[in-house]
This record gives sequence, C-alpha cells and structure tokens, in this order.
Amino acid sequence: MLTAIIDYESGNLHSAEKAFQRMAQETNAGEVIVTGDADVVARADRIVLPGDGAFPACAAALRGHSGLFDALREAVEDKGRPFLGICVGMQLMATRGREYEDTKGLDWVGGEVVKITPKDPSLKVPHMGWNDLVIDNPHPVFDGIQTGDHTYFVHSYQFHVADSAQRLAHVDYAGDITAVIGRDTMVGMQFHPEKSQDTGLRLIANFLNWAP
Amino acid sequence: MLKTRIIPCLDVADGRVVKGVNFVGLRDAGDPVESAKAYDAAGADEICFLDIHATHENRGTMFDVVQRTAEQCFVPLTVGGGVRTKEDVRDLLLAGADKVSFNSAAVARPAVVAEAADQFGSQCIVVAIDAKTVAPGKWEIFTHGGRKETGIDAVAFAKTVVAKGAGEILLTSMDRDGTKSGFNLPLTKAISDAVNVPVIASGGVGTLDHLVEGVTKGGASAVLAASIFHFGEFTVQEAKEHMAAAGIPMRLS
Repeated sequence: MLTAIIDYESGNLHSAEKAFQRMAQETNAGEVIVTGDADVVARADRIVLPGDGAFPACAAALRGHSGLFDALREAVEDKGRPFLGICVGMQLMATRGREYEDTKGLDWVGGEVVKITPKDPSLKVPHMGWNDLVIDNPHPVFDGIQTGDHTYFVHSYQFHVADSAQRLAHVDYAGDITAVIGRDTMVGMQFHPEKSQDTGLRLIANFLNWAP
Repeated sequence: MLKTRIIPCLDVADGRVVKGVNFVGLRDAGDPVESAKAYDAAGADEICFLDIHATHENRGTMFDVVQRTAEQCFVPLTVGGGVRTKEDVRDLLLAGADKVSFNSAAVARPAVVAEAADQFGSQCIVVAIDAKTVAPGKWEIFTHGGRKETGIDAVAFAKTVVAKGAGEILLTSMDRDGTKSGFNLPLTKAISDAVNVPVIASGGVGTLDHLVEGVTKGGASAVLAASIFHFGEFTVQEAKEHMAAAGIPMRLS
C-alpha cells in the first residue's frame, strides 16, 4: 500500500508527512511518501492533497504541475482511488473559489468557497483555533470520532456545499462552517488533522484504512 | 463553538530552554523538544517558541529544534525571534513551524509583513507587538526587548500590519511582563477592538484569574503564558478548567 502526499509547493508538508507516517506504521497501512512526481501519484493506492494559502495561488500551482494535475484527476476520477483533501486541498474540490477572483476548482463536490462572514461581527477572521465537530452524515473516517470532538482550524474562506448529503460534518462560528465533505472515494477536511492531536491522528488512521 | 486557546511559550537560546521547565519526569528540562512534548501531552492548544538570541550564526540550532518538535508534536507551533525576511519565514515553515512571528523587523519595515503574507498566506503570519503605556489610554511600541522606544502608536501599528496581511497579533504588555500583576487590559482591549484578526494576550500573568480577564475584559482570542506553567504553579488543564468555570469556552480533554 502506498499513500502519496502531493507536494505542489503550497505549504509545509513536514507535519503532515510525519503524522501520516506515524499512523501508517501504527495501523500497518503501508508506506507514505511526499511527492511531486506524477508517476508516483499514478501508482499510489491513496492520495492526500494538502494546501495552505490562497485558493487561486494553490489552484494555479496545482494546474502548473500539469503532469501531476492529470495524474491526480485520473487516479481519483477514473480509478476511484481514496482521496483526502486538507484545508485548501479540500477547498480545491469545489466547483469554484471566490477568493480575490473566481477560480475553477476540481468540481468534485458541488459548491463554492467564499469568505467567512460571521453573523456576530465581533467574531474574528481567520477562524483560528479549536472547534467542536458536529457530525451531519456518518462516514467510515469518523470511526471512533464523535460530535463534540475538537479539531484545529485556520482559514478565512469556507466551503458552501451545494448538496447537504455531501457535507459530512460542520462546526459553529455564529453560523455553520463546513468541516468535512465527501462523496464516493473522496473526503475533504477543512481543519488540519495533522495538527489536531489525538482526534486528528485518529482521522488520519481512519482514512489510511478506509476501503471504499 | 470556537474555543479560547492557551499557549505555553518557551524562550529558547542556542537550542536550549532559557527559563527551565519544571515538569516531573522530563528527561532533559532544557531541551525545548522535551518541553514541547510535555505541553502537547498536557493539552496545550498551541505551542510557541521564541528564539531570544537569534543570530545568523545560530539559526541552524532553531531549525533543528523546530524540525524535531514538528516530528513529534501534532499541535500547532508558532516560532518567533530574529525573523527579518520572507526567506526567514520560508525556512521556519519548511522546518515545520505552522506560524512565524515578526517583531522588530515589522516595525522597521512593515512591508515585510505583506511580502510574507502574499507568499505564504495570512494564516501563518503573526506580528508580535511589544507595547508600553506612555499616557492613560495611549500605548507605544518598544523594540529590542522593551529597551528601545519607537514613538509608534501601538493601536495604529496593529491596524497597519493587519492591513498588510498579518493573520494574528501577539500582544505583549511590556510594562507588565514578568510582574505577575496581570495583562495590561486597556491595551489588550484597545488592540482587540481595533483589528478583526485574533489577538493573543501576553505579559504579566501571575494567576489563573489573569487569564480569564485577558479574555473577558481584554477581548483576547488566546492567552500566552510562560512562568506559571514552566515552574509547575499551574497545569494547562487547571488553567483550562478555571477559565471554563468562568464561562469561557475551552477545549477540555
């Protein structure tokens, strides 16, 4: 089993690499490598797409590595390899992003990524820190995870999911913020599981052992 | 609901913790990585390293500390001290920091905040503001560990760096730092009201009620403390429970 964490030069992958490697080792889930090589992505059994920063910059960086972009689409869309998007990597699964400018996403989960505008104006943006999950739809990645468990968020834009069946969990920030999305072999997490202590490590282990 | 964060801060010089951490069972209380692991296990919401003797010559030791911490602690890590350029930010992010904090360099040249935020995103750019009261309701920035007066208004400066892309403000009340008499609450409130990004209150914590006041009266999104945790006066969990009892939403594990 090979899990590829895609490196397209959009953020720090060191913690993600260590967290996935640790949980792969603990659960006998095979090898985890960070790679920017399209051939490795093409033969990976599961794929993780991280991402920090702005949606347009991340989308451009991903498309800029054209071989990688094609390998990712083929692996996930055609071969149905299990996929996990993290933070902006999750947002890239949207139809489009509306950060600074309209940018096309992968269009894997219908919806848009828009600025967070809490109904309570005293609330700060970015939405930064630990928030408690509300599970909307059960999913194998939630094994051992319950509503009320905390994960670590840092983001200023949020994913408005078109089909509520594809919103798997949310958090409250004077209004709902999408926390986990999914359909078929794809899941996305707005928070950083690699920074979410035991809850995050459990979610990572669940993804690594998910057999959709 | 978003929880208020408690952030233990470790002062590091030449790869060693300066104010020793007095935890039971630490193999090496001077090793920042060991201390960070202990705080991670204790339920700290984030961990902060401040490189207090940062020079070009000893940067390597800090990268090593950050890298080893990031390999073992799956909790957000902020690193500050001696950060001057966006290249410094990049090096620390690559070593494993989640957020990097500018201090004097942002005062000397606020544009560096925009350069770093444009490249790496506001979410990982913190600006540390060290301020002192100069008149009632008026606070100014001091640099070089509080020794150098700049004449710059702290509230105006906070607005400037947020406009340039700072995603968080780490506010230290220099006239309270080390006094154990509590945060400078009017200053904390003034900055927190002036900007729409989270403000971390720092400087002067002596009791758990001081942490509460930083949030309820100062409007802080997070509280940073060093000595009350390092010397074992209170655990992170005790602090969280005390704040929760005062009605502040906390992550209790």
